[in-house]
Parts: sequence; C-alpha cells; structure tokens
Amino acid sequence: MRTFGFPEIVFLIEAAQWTIYLSLLTFGMGGLVGFVIAMARVSRHRVLRAVSSAYVQLFQNTPLLMQLFIVYFGLSLLGFRLPAIVAAGLALTFFASAFLGDIWRGSIEAVPRQQFEAADALALTPWQSFRHVILPQAIRLATPPTVGFFVQIVKNTSLTSIVGMTELMRGAAMMNNATMAPMNVYAIVCLIYFVICFPLSVLSRKLESRLNVGR
Amino acid sequence: MSVVKAKNISKSYNKTVVLRDISLTVESGEVLVLLGRSGSGKSTLLRCLNGLEQIQAGSVEVAGHEMIYSGEALRALRRDVGIVFQQYNLFPHMTVGENIMLAPHLVKKVPRKEMARKAREVLDKVGLLDKFDAYPDRLSGGQQQRAAIARSLAMEPKLMLFDEVTSALDPQLTGEVLAVMASLAQSGMAMVVVTHEMGFARRVADRVIFMHDGRIIEEGPPEQLFSAPSTPEFKAFLAQTD
Repeated sequence: MRTFGFPEIVFLIEAAQWTIYLSLLTFGMGGLVGFVIAMARVSRHRVLRAVSSAYVQLFQNTPLLMQLFIVYFGLSLLGFRLPAIVAAGLALTFFASAFLGDIWRGSIEAVPRQQFEAADALALTPWQSFRHVILPQAIRLATPPTVGFFVQIVKNTSLTSIVGMTELMRGAAMMNNATMAPMNVYAIVCLIYFVICFPLSVLSRKLESRLNVGR
Repeated sequence: MSVVKAKNISKSYNKTVVLRDISLTVESGEVLVLLGRSGSGKSTLLRCLNGLEQIQAGSVEVAGHEMIYSGEALRALRRDVGIVFQQYNLFPHMTVGENIMLAPHLVKKVPRKEMARKAREVLDKVGLLDKFDAYPDRLSGGQQQRAAIARSLAMEPKLMLFDEVTSALDPQLTGEVLAVMASLAQSGMAMVVVTHEMGFARRVADRVIFMHDGRIIEEGPPEQLFSAPSTPEFKAFLAQTD
C-alpha cells in the first residue's frame, strides 16, 4: 500500500487540470448553446420560444447525473460508444446551456422596455437596437450571475467521474483506493476545489456590488 | 405645407376606446400643444404620429411618409421624426456624445468627423457642449432631458414630438428644458407637444388642442382658447390647472 505523501498530492493536482479543462469546455460550449437558447427565448416567434423553454425546463428539472447516464450509457446501448470526455462534455453542455440561457434571457428582459422604444424611435433596425443598445446593458447585468454559475460548473464536473472521466474526483477515488487515507485525500481535494472556486465567488460578488452603485 | 396629416384615426385597447375619429394637421414650423387630463388620449395620439402606437382606422401621413406598419416604412418615417420621452431614455452605457452619434452613424451612415461636428452643434443648441464625454447618470434630470432633445435633433428631423418631457422634473429644471424647447420653436421646428405646462402653451404654442375622452373638443390659437373656453370640460380643466 502507498502512503499519502507529496507525489500523491501532485497526482491530485494533475487530475485537477482535467477539472479545469472540462469546466472551460463546458463553459465555452454551454455559453455558445446558451446564447442561442437565450435568443430563442426572447424571440418573436412563438415556436422558437416554446421549444427553447421546453429545453430549459427539461435540463433544469432533471438531475445532471441522469443526463450523464443517458448520454453515456443510453447512447452506448444504441451503439454510439462515446469516449468519456465527449459524453461528459455533451451532458455538461446541455446542463450549462439551460442555466446560462435562462440567466441571459433574464438579463435581456431586465433592460427597460423604454430602451427598445428609444432605439426604435431613432430608426434603428431590430438587430442594431439589440447589438448597440440592449446587449451591452444585458451583459453588464448578466456578468455577476454568469461568473457565479461558473462555480456551479466547476463543482458539477465532479459527477463526470462516474462515467470514467479522470478528473479531480475520480483521481481522488483512485488515490483513496491506493492509500486508504480518505481523510487526507478528500481534505486535499476539498482544498483544491476551494482554491479554484473561491476567487470566482469573490469576483462574482465584487461585480455585483459594482453593478449596484451604477457605473 | 403640412408635416402631419391625420385623418379620422381611431384606436382602442381591447374594448377601451382611446382615440375616436381624430383628424389633425400640423403645418411646417408650427407648434401644436396637446392638452387634456390623464387618460384623454393625448399621449397615445402623439405616439401614433411616429408609429410607436398603431391606429386601427384612418390614415396618418408624417413628413411625407404614409404610415405603414412595416419595419422598413416605419424606419423611413422615424428618420424624419424625433421624439422625446418623459423618462429621457438615454442609453446609460454610452456617453452623451455617443448617445447622440449612434443613430446618425448607424442609420444615416454619416462619416465620423461630420458626426462629431454635428453632435457638438446640437449639444451647443441645448447648452450642454461641456457634457459631450459625460455619462447620463452624471447629469441632472434637466440636463438628461436636454441631451435627449439633442439626440433627436442630430437626426435633423422635420418634426419633433414631446411626450410630457418635463413631468419628471422639478420647477427649476422644467424651466431650462422649456427654454430649450422655446428656442427650438423659434428656429422654425415643427413641434407637437403634450404637456401640463400651461405657461408654455400660452407663450410658445401657435395652436392648442384640448382633448377629452379620446376626442378633440377644443382647438385654436392659445390666446383665444384660454380667454374664451367654449366647453365646460375645458373650463373645468383651466380652473383646476391655473
């Protein structure tokens, strides 16, 4: 049996890299899809609104763990054998895009109606109004909750250990099996998650208070 | 030449009728003041003149554009019609200068240099030349409203609409905004003004319309209308506001 020492800590930190990569991938992909979802949610077309709303409800109201299982095991039953990283990335993208789409819809809708009206009255096209008047204001409103949600993404990547992603959580399980020192292993793991998430939480809160004083 | 020709326009929200068979013309260079109690339809009428509200019957022609509710037709019309709102509605994420240059840049494709020159010219008109680089939330309400007027003027409109633009301002700030509007009127701008400022109506208006329950019930030059109101509604309105 191995004893828990410096090499084991290095191993955990290396595993944490995958947590970070997966978080960034999720944020990137989820952000892309989430933007489309947000646009569909505020669109004038009723069908687009209905479909995007159903998407958000579906992925917000089912456990991420189930989504992971369905993407990984469900698809493999149908003959699609996805590598763990693809399955994990896909499931996390569904999850993140549903939440980000909803956060951003809220931010767009929080821009006062009169701003649309003023832009309209100045003969701007709908796209020009959105791009130059609504979006910049919505982005300011959306930044604190978006950064806050990134913390949720980081923590939720731990679930992907179930489908065989060797990220921090799975790395920890492996170390635990090898060393039988759960307190040491999981204390270090906690600390690593904290070191990643805490600055983001602080940033989110800072952005929020800056928003509250106006500019 | 008429800058506004509205014929027999009607509008209702669900079952509530807001405008009943209204006809109205505004000559170029004319200042028309719309008076009436809240709910009389005056703001709705004003907003119908640039298509922010749709009419259900009748016809409207403004600055040579027939009112057609398609994006492109509305934009063509709105290029020639400025509107100023009660709540200013400046874009808070842009400086005053950027607020003013946005529409000329996007809509009229005015070159940048020319745009900056124009922005300074209209800011000078409203007495805010030194606020070019200031953000709206650094300005007083009166200054914001003057900046909003400047933003409309930068599009070189043929008609300006004012929708209770001083209702959110205290008396002193109201004064500075009304002074800008009076000088604009002096310069020959055609204006339709919804206001509760009777003094402004008396001094600046060429013609006053009193609306009641979605109808125009009195109309005429201010001196005549104010000295000899002919309907009991307008008499009561004057008695309350003076």
